[in-house]
Amino acid sequence: MSTLEVSPDEPLSGQSGHSVVNDFSIQVATVNGSGSQTANSVLMRAIFQMGVPVSGKNMFPSNIAGLPTWFTIRASRHGYIGRRKEIDFLVAMNPETAREDVMNLESGAAVVYDEPLKLSELRSDVYFYPVPFDKLVAPVCPEAKLRKLVRNMIYDGVVAQLLAVEMDEVHKALVKQFGKRKAKAAELNWGACKAGFDYAARSFTKSDPYRVARMNATAGKIIVDGNSACALGAMFAGVTVVTWYPITPSSSLVESLIGYMKRFRHDPETGKATYAIVQAEDELASIGMALGAGWAGARSMTATAGPGISLMSEFVGLGYYAEIPAVIFNVERVGPSTGLPTRTQQGDLLSTALLSHGDTKHPMFFPSSCEECFSMAIDAFDFAERFQTPVFVMTDLDLGMNNWMADPFPYPEKPIRRGKVLTAEDLDKIGGFARYKDVDGDGVGYRTLPGTNHPAASYFTRGSGHNEKAQYTEREDDYIHNMDRLAHKFEAMRRHVPEPVVRMAEKARIGFVALGTSDYAVRESCDQLKSEYDIDASYLRLRAYPFTDRLQDFIRRHERVYVVDQNRDAQLLGLMRLEFDADLIARLRSLRYYGGLPLDARTVTDEVLKQEGK
Amino acid sequence: MSSTVTPPPRKMNRLGLEVLQYKGSKTTLCAGCGHNSVSERIVECFYELGVNPYTVAKFSGIGCSSKSPAYFLGLSHGFNSVHGRMPSIATGALLANATLLGIGVTGDGDTASIGIGQFMHLVRRNLPMIYVIENNGVYGLTKGQFSATADVGSTLKTGVHNELPPFDCCALALKWGATFVARSFSGDKRQLQAILKAAIAHHGLSVIDVISPCVTFNDHEGSTKSYAYMKEHEEVLQELDFVPAFEDITVEIPEGEVLDVQMHDGSHLRIRKLHRDFNPTDRLATLAALEDAEAKEEVLTGVLYVNTSKPTFLELLNLGDAPIATLPESKVRPPKAALDEAMDELR
Ligand SMILES: Cc1ncc(C[n+]2csc(CCOP(=O)(O)OP(=O)(O)O)c2C)c(N)n1
Ligand code: SF4
Ligand SMILES: [Mg+2]
Repeated sequence: MSTLEVSPDEPLSGQSGHSVVNDFSIQVATVNGSGSQTANSVLMRAIFQMGVPVSGKNMFPSNIAGLPTWFTIRASRHGYIGRRKEIDFLVAMNPETAREDVMNLESGAAVVYDEPLKLSELRSDVYFYPVPFDKLVAPVCPEAKLRKLVRNMIYDGVVAQLLAVEMDEVHKALVKQFGKRKAKAAELNWGACKAGFDYAARSFTKSDPYRVARMNATAGKIIVDGNSACALGAMFAGVTVVTWYPITPSSSLVESLIGYMKRFRHDPETGKATYAIVQAEDELASIGMALGAGWAGARSMTATAGPGISLMSEFVGLGYYAEIPAVIFNVERVGPSTGLPTRTQQGDLLSTALLSHGDTKHPMFFPSSCEECFSMAIDAFDFAERFQTPVFVMTDLDLGMNNWMADPFPYPEKPIRRGKVLTAEDLDKIGGFARYKDVDGDGVGYRTLPGTNHPAASYFTRGSGHNEKAQYTEREDDYIHNMDRLAHKFEAMRRHVPEPVVRMAEKARIGFVALGTSDYAVRESCDQLKSEYDIDASYLRLRAYPFTDRLQDFIRRHERVYVVDQNRDAQLLGLMRLEFDADLIARLRSLRYYGGLPLDARTVTDEVLKQEGK
Repeated sequence: MSSTVTPPPRKMNRLGLEVLQYKGSKTTLCAGCGHNSVSERIVECFYELGVNPYTVAKFSGIGCSSKSPAYFLGLSHGFNSVHGRMPSIATGALLANATLLGIGVTGDGDTASIGIGQFMHLVRRNLPMIYVIENNGVYGLTKGQFSATADVGSTLKTGVHNELPPFDCCALALKWGATFVARSFSGDKRQLQAILKAAIAHHGLSVIDVISPCVTFNDHEGSTKSYAYMKEHEEVLQELDFVPAFEDITVEIPEGEVLDVQMHDGSHLRIRKLHRDFNPTDRLATLAALEDAEAKEEVLTGVLYVNTSKPTFLELLNLGDAPIATLPESKVRPPKAALDEAMDELR
């Protein structure tokens, strides 16, 4: 029997033979707390294992259970793993959103849905596949209590059947997901999955065009979230003191780190920990502890999001002025205030760059992929100690909490460098030192650590005015001299931050400047502009603040440069305005998105066309 | 004639250091400020006990009191941080290097007003360090406003009355986890010395609330933190004697009268009860005594609580002996096999 419910007056072009292979997105609409996360991961992984580039994005509410969540899997044979706005294949499990979800689809999309929801009456221009989930789950899950969780696995089977996802791969993904310790749960879920598959095979005639076919584009790759990648980077950077206060979306960065450190950072001989991780009472304390530890010579870090960044403001100014290394991961979410805690944004660029009162500015690193989360986390620790200052690694909820394909991370080649620290032996040789004296011309003084057994080692650290010898001073000349040295140090950083990645398009009159997760949308948009409108666009992806000369060069070489901001107030463009002259600023255009979802290529393309008057 | 006089032998402690080497830069606080006396006691105690100044780290927040770490132990590293948040700086530093001997100096505003949160969490963690509150009931540095330790009914020089009840930092500390709690008076040299020495020997958090009058803003009639008020209202609980580990003690201690507390480093604190029946190992009784004293407008001074067996925060972390801050790369960067293992799991 065919259950494709299409009203006869608006026939679909189904079964017409045209098919869409490995280039569509699947959205699963459920309520959170229903255990759908597992089913979604398994489905994503199975497609990944078939060699097809995928990305998974979880759009979840800020509560624990009962509110709508959407999980989107994008399969792209071209390797586009940014968000795609259009949904091609919907799995509608949530009665509350099902109608709206269906109404939002483009014509020609497909819907798997829970039969009692009766969605097929809503539209005649999409393909419907009703599934009686409750009926199917009962025989495969005798224990009524567990049915709510196991039920979701049925749609994996249904979708696998409809999209030709190989069941062997689904099984492999499922076993991996549950691990050896939960073999029984895996068994139960596999039963449900098969029930879904069999039902679909029995009941449906495939009429939508979407299909997965084996490729070879993911061999050797891993699937990981940015927070875990940052955590691994921190561990291999040799972090020793980690302080934190839970906040979405940064909590899982430290939670993942805790897991890794327990496994890999205990002395194999003594069993002793080579690190300390402390859950502080708030972010005032977590940054204070990180700075105290950095002052005493530890590689220290904390991780937080906007509200925590705001609380850290005063201490970060102390870190800047007293020149104390620390690494702060800012996994950005939507502000202001509590904002949308589970949505993504690049809304802290300005506030973080200039965090704290007085003349302060801080280096920021902008990873855009999990590979860079790992490598830049390592670089950030070196940088913080080299320049004796707090360094921010800026990621966002999209990068931090979503699952991404990545190449396996390379083992760090460079040895750990701890910056200018004088030991008792050094002091024996040179006799003494002045903490804030610019001996080497890079603005960075030499420091000693408390506990150094030498009469010349001590100095007094303070956030009040100080001279080269770290003595209290309110003198105008001392103050200016010190502030100028700090400015000089910031200039020196400019020569050592990660350089941008530049893609010049020949003959291009326009260019993009973007950072972080905007990368995926901008790269895809460049291709859209070329293939659909024959517009050439160059692209510079920033990897750090302060900016380097390459940014200015890039702007000069284009008539108009679109600065992509995932915030309302064009914060990245604002940072450029602070230091560029009028001629450069005149070439800049602002391209903004701030709705809280990961930026998608179509939004970028449409906005460029609008501003270009096309 | 002068040629025949040999200079007197220089006085040195057991490390061969002179008292001068335990001093800091010249104080910039007001003459007569109680905080200066506390700095002097700190210098004497560290000198007399022969503490290696290179192993000491000094911490403070912001306030007149918090300036004072610049005025003692000039050979030790110091960190004058931000208002009310010295505990987190000290915590981080001691995590990094658990071999440091930490001493924090703070004010009543720094601790009981803006810093009450960090103070309570420091207490809860029983972080091994000395935490001295120089308590004058006002914000000295901002010119004399009430702090949260001001007593009900006390007045400012301007005549303003305080109507809110004070935080008793000792009561808070002993209720929530500090393992050595004492109150003293900056004018009582002997008592403060014994308490500071015991705190140096103690393994755990020592909270010492020192009534330390602000001669400029809170030493008038109507203040309950003035020299005159203390003269009238101080109730000294015990006579204290500190016997360092490096001094032999063989003297018999009479049963009952004297409580002999053996400190972590083998030194002894001898607590001789004065007229009151008071047991500094009984937390609840001490809390009751503090309540009682407050009602009677008495200021109890002496050792209020001592517990030498509770583990410290650092002990709970399972760290090795060497400071984690300076472990070599081979200890803090796991081998390639670890990365390979992590990557395999993600495939
Ligand atoms: C965040 C912040 N708020 C306010 C101040 C201003 N301030 C400096 S010291 C101080 C109070 C100090 O009082 P206390 O800790 O009792 O020290 P005292 O001067 O009495 O020794 C205040 C409010 C500050 N430095 N920082
Ligand atoms: S103002 Fe008060 S607290 Fe400050 S130094 Fe003078 S006497 Fe001491
Ligand atoms: Mg005060």
